[in-house]
Amino acid sequence: MPRRLIILKFLLIEDNYELANAICARMRSDGHVVDHADKIFDAIEYSQIGEYDLILLDVMLPDGDGREFLKHHRARNRSTPVIVLTARSQVSDRISLLDLGADDYVTKPFDHAELEARCRAALRRNSGTSQSITVLADVAFDPVAGSLKVGDSTIKLRNKELRIFELLINAPQQIFSKQKLFDRLFSYDDDVSENAIEVYIGRLRKHLVGSQLSISTHRSLGYRLDHD
Amino acid sequence: MVQPVLAEEWEDQQFFGSATSQKTLRILSNTDTRFFAPIIESFLKSQPSVSVKYLVTGSAELYDIFRTSPEDFDVVISSAMDLQFKLVNDGYALALGDLEHPDWAQWRESLFAFSTEPATIVINREAFEGVPTPSSRQDLIKALRQRPETFQGRVGTYDVRHSGLGYFFATQDARASETYWRLTEVFGSLGVRLYCCSGDMIDDLVSGKIAVAYNVLGSYALGREDAQSQIKVILPSNFPTKMMRSAFVSTNTRLPDVAGTFIKHLTGIQADISKAATFPLPPLDRTVEPAISLDPALMTYLDRLKRRTFIQEWESAIIQ
Amino acid sequence: MIEGVKISGSLRNRLTVSLIGGAAVLALLMYFIVRAYATQIAQQGQDNILGASVNSILDAANVSEGFIDVDFPYASFSMLGTDTDDRVFYAIYQDDELLSGYDGLAQIFPEVDKASAYGNTTFKGAPVRLASASRMLVGADLRVQLTVTVAQTQDSLLGALNRIGRNVAIFGAGFFLLVVILAFWATSTAIGPLAQLTTSVARRGPQDLSPVASPVPREMAPLVFSLNKLMARLEYSLSRSEDFIAEAAHRVRTPLATVRSHAEATLLRVDKEENRQAMRSMIRAIDESSRAAGQLLDHAMITFRADNLDQKNIDLVELVQDLAMRLSPIAEMRDIELQLDALGPVSVIGDAILLQNAIRNLVDNALKYAPSESIVRLVVATTPKPSISVVDEGAGFPIGEINLLPDRFARGSNSGGIIGSGLGLTIAQEVAEAHGGGLTLNNHSRGGACVTFSF
Repeated sequence: MPRRLIILKFLLIEDNYELANAICARMRSDGHVVDHADKIFDAIEYSQIGEYDLILLDVMLPDGDGREFLKHHRARNRSTPVIVLTARSQVSDRISLLDLGADDYVTKPFDHAELEARCRAALRRNSGTSQSITVLADVAFDPVAGSLKVGDSTIKLRNKELRIFELLINAPQQIFSKQKLFDRLFSYDDDVSENAIEVYIGRLRKHLVGSQLSISTHRSLGYRLDHD
Repeated sequence: MVQPVLAEEWEDQQFFGSATSQKTLRILSNTDTRFFAPIIESFLKSQPSVSVKYLVTGSAELYDIFRTSPEDFDVVISSAMDLQFKLVNDGYALALGDLEHPDWAQWRESLFAFSTEPATIVINREAFEGVPTPSSRQDLIKALRQRPETFQGRVGTYDVRHSGLGYFFATQDARASETYWRLTEVFGSLGVRLYCCSGDMIDDLVSGKIAVAYNVLGSYALGREDAQSQIKVILPSNFPTKMMRSAFVSTNTRLPDVAGTFIKHLTGIQADISKAATFPLPPLDRTVEPAISLDPALMTYLDRLKRRTFIQEWESAIIQ
Repeated sequence: MIEGVKISGSLRNRLTVSLIGGAAVLALLMYFIVRAYATQIAQQGQDNILGASVNSILDAANVSEGFIDVDFPYASFSMLGTDTDDRVFYAIYQDDELLSGYDGLAQIFPEVDKASAYGNTTFKGAPVRLASASRMLVGADLRVQLTVTVAQTQDSLLGALNRIGRNVAIFGAGFFLLVVILAFWATSTAIGPLAQLTTSVARRGPQDLSPVASPVPREMAPLVFSLNKLMARLEYSLSRSEDFIAEAAHRVRTPLATVRSHAEATLLRVDKEENRQAMRSMIRAIDESSRAAGQLLDHAMITFRADNLDQKNIDLVELVQDLAMRLSPIAEMRDIELQLDALGPVSVIGDAILLQNAIRNLVDNALKYAPSESIVRLVVATTPKPSISVVDEGAGFPIGEINLLPDRFARGSNSGGIIGSGLGLTIAQEVAEAHGGGLTLNNHSRGGACVTFSF
C-alpha cells in the first residue's frame, strides 16, 4: 500500500454487512481509513471516542435508529459532518434529514465519485481553516478547497485536475496509468475518450511550472509526480 | 173536506193568450181579474207562445183547493199572508234562485210579496155629511156611539169565520191594538153585516146600504174610480194593518220556467214606476219595514186552538 | 362535484315532507275538531231558541171549563225566524192526542232530570231539529200531560257551519302555508351542520387526514366518529403503503449499492481491458436500473399528487437556489457552473414537492448533456408568465424530435451513451400542466438546449 499523504478517517454506520463490506472495500482502495459500526449504540460510542473526519450514516428504515444517532450527535454539538446514505430519494425526505442535522445525503446505489464530491463540499463547509493542507516540496495543496499554492500564487484547480493531483500527490512514487486515472475520474456514462486525461495532465504541468514538482510521462505505463 | 171545485163555482175564470198555445200557465188567485189583467197581458207580450188560465176564488177556498190538488195549479197568488206562508212552510212552493227582491219581501226565495195594501175604514160620504170623518178607530167608535140610529144595521165587516183575509186582518188588528175588541163589540151592538169579500162591501157602501165598512182593502176601494164620489177611504192613523199580497210557484208545476218568469215579471213591474199602468195594485212600500213581516209567527193564528179561541171571542162580541 | 355517489332520497326532502305532512294532518285534524265544536255550539244556540219556543207555548197552556187552552203568544213563533227562513213545525199533544199542529211530528220524551229533549228527525222531506217538553196540567176534574214539540229546519245552522268551516279552512290553509315556510327554514337550519361539515372536509388539503376537530351536533357524532375512524384507517393504510414503498426501495437499493460499490472497487483492481469494460458495463447497468426505478416511483407520486395539489405560496427563486445547492457537487464534478439568473423573488402558488421534483429532473438532464467546463443557466422570470428556464451549452435538441421528447420514454437520437430512462421531460411536463402551465423545448440561438417550465 503506497503511503498516502492525505488520509481521511471515516465512520461508516451500516447494519447491512454486505453493503458495509462493499463500501469499505471501495473506500479503502482510495487509502482512507474506515471504521464500521453496525449498531447505533456502538456508533455513538465510536463517535465519542474517535476523531472522525466524516460520518457515513445509513438511516435504514424510516423508523430506524439512524435518526436517533443524528439527534445524539447534534445534541453533543459534534461538528463532524454526517452524510446520510438513504434508499429514499424524495425531496420531502431530504428536507427532514437535513432538519435532523445531516449535512448532505446520497441515495443508494451511489456513485463514490459523487460521495467523494459531497464529502469534499461538507468538509469545505465545516472547516474554515485549511486543516487539510498538504505540503510537498514548495507546493501547498489543499484538497478540500481545491487549491494549489506555488510560490506566492494560489491556483484554483478544476475538479478533474484536483482529483488527478490528489491521486498523484498521495502516492508520489507511483505511476498511474491513463486507464486508472480515467476510471477514477469519469462517470461511467460519459462518452469521453481516455485521451482527455492528457489534457488535464497538461494543465497540471502548467500549474506546476516553477515548482520543484513535475509530472513525468512513462510511456505505455502512465504518469508520475516527481519531486525534483 | 172540500170537493173539487166545479167550473161554475169559480168566482171568475178567464183565459188569456192564444188558444193554440201549448203552454198554459194556470194561476190560482184571490185577486179580482181586473187588477191582474194588465199584468198578465203585459207578461204575454213577451211570451207569445204562452197562454194563461186565471182562476179566482176566495182566500180560504183557495187554500183548501190548493192543498187538495196542488198539481192542478202552477202559480198561487193570495192576499192572505198567513195562509200563503203556511203553504210555503209546508213545502208546496218551488224556490226560485235568481230573483232580485228585497229580503223582507220574500221568504225562502219561494214566497214573493209584491204589494203593500192596508186595511182601511171606508165610509159612505153621504152618511158623514156635515160630520167630521173619523181618522182612527177611536174616532170611529165615538162616531158610531154618537149616532147609533144612523148606523144601526148599516156597518159592515168581514166574516172572519169564512174569509181568510178577514181572519188575517182581524187577528193582526187584535194583536196590534186593544181598540179592536171594543170596536167589534160596538159593531155587534149595531147589528153588523158580515161579508165574505171586500168587493161586496164596497158595492153596498156605494149603494148606501151600509155607511161604514171596516178593514176593507184600501186598494179595492180606491180601485173603484167610479165610486170615488160616493165613498171615502180612511187609513187608521194608529197601527194601520198592512197586508202584502204574495205569490209562489207550486212544486208540482209542469211549467217551472214559465211560472218563474211570470213571478219575475210580476215583481219586476211592481218595482218599476214607469210601468205603473200595467200594475194596478199599490207596489211594495219600501220606505218602512213592514209591521207584519214574512216570518213563522204568521202561522200563530192558524193554530187550531188559537183559532177556536179567537173565533169564540169574536162571535161572542159580534153576535149579540 | 358529487360524481360516483349514489343518491337515494334526500334528508332535506324527508324532513320537509314530514314537517309538511305532519302539519297537513294537524291542519285537517284542527279543521274537523273546530267544525265539530262549532256544530255543537251552533246546535246549542238553535236548541236554546227551540226550547224557549216550546216553553213559551207550554207556559201559555191552562185549563178552563174542562178544556185545554193554549193561547201562545206571537213571539213563540216569531223567535224562530232565521236569516235563511227556516221552516217551522209544531205539535201540541194532550197525552197521546194531537190537540193542534202538524200531525206526524215525532214526540220525544226528555230524560228524567232534564226539562226538554232535543233530537233530529225528518219531516215533510226535510231534516229538522226538534225540541220537546211536557207539563202536567191539573184542573177541576182534569189531569193531563201536555207535550209540546217545536221543530225547525237547519238551513241557517248549516249556513253558519259552512261559513265557519270556510273560515277555519282558510285559517287552516294559512297556518299550513306558514308551516311550509317554517318547514323549509327548519330543514335548512337542521341540515346546516351537515353543509358545514361538508365544507370543512372539502376545504382540506390533499394530505389532510386528521380527525374532524370542530364540534358537531349529537346526531352527527356517530357519523363523524366513523368518518374519523375511516380517515385514520386510510392514513394508516397510506402510511403503510408509503412504508411499503420505502421498504421496497430499501430492499432493492441496498443490494444494488453493494454490487455497485464492489464493482467500483473491482474496476480499480483489474488491468485487463475486457475486465475493465465488463466492470464499467456492470456499473452502467446498475445506474440505469436504479435511475429507472427512481423515476418510475417519482412519476407515480406525481400522478397521484397532480390531482390534489398541495397549493401553497412559493418563491421560485428560493426553490431554484435550494436545488442548485443540492446539485452543485454534481455540477462541480463535471466542472459545470450553475448560474442563477433572477432579479428578485418570484411568487407563485403551487405544490413545492412536485415543482422541486420537476425542476430537478430538468437540471439533471442539463448536467448530463452539457459539456464539461460549461455554464448551465437557471433563469427565473416573471414575464410574460412566471417561468424557470434551464439553458445549457450542449448539442441542443435534435430538430424534428423536439416535440416528441416529452413523450414517455422517448430519448433523443443524440443521447448516445448517456444513461437516462427519458422520463425526466415527461415528469416536468406533467407537473407543469398540473399547475396550469406547460413545458417548452427550444434550441438556443447560440447552440445548446433551453427548457422552459412556465406556469
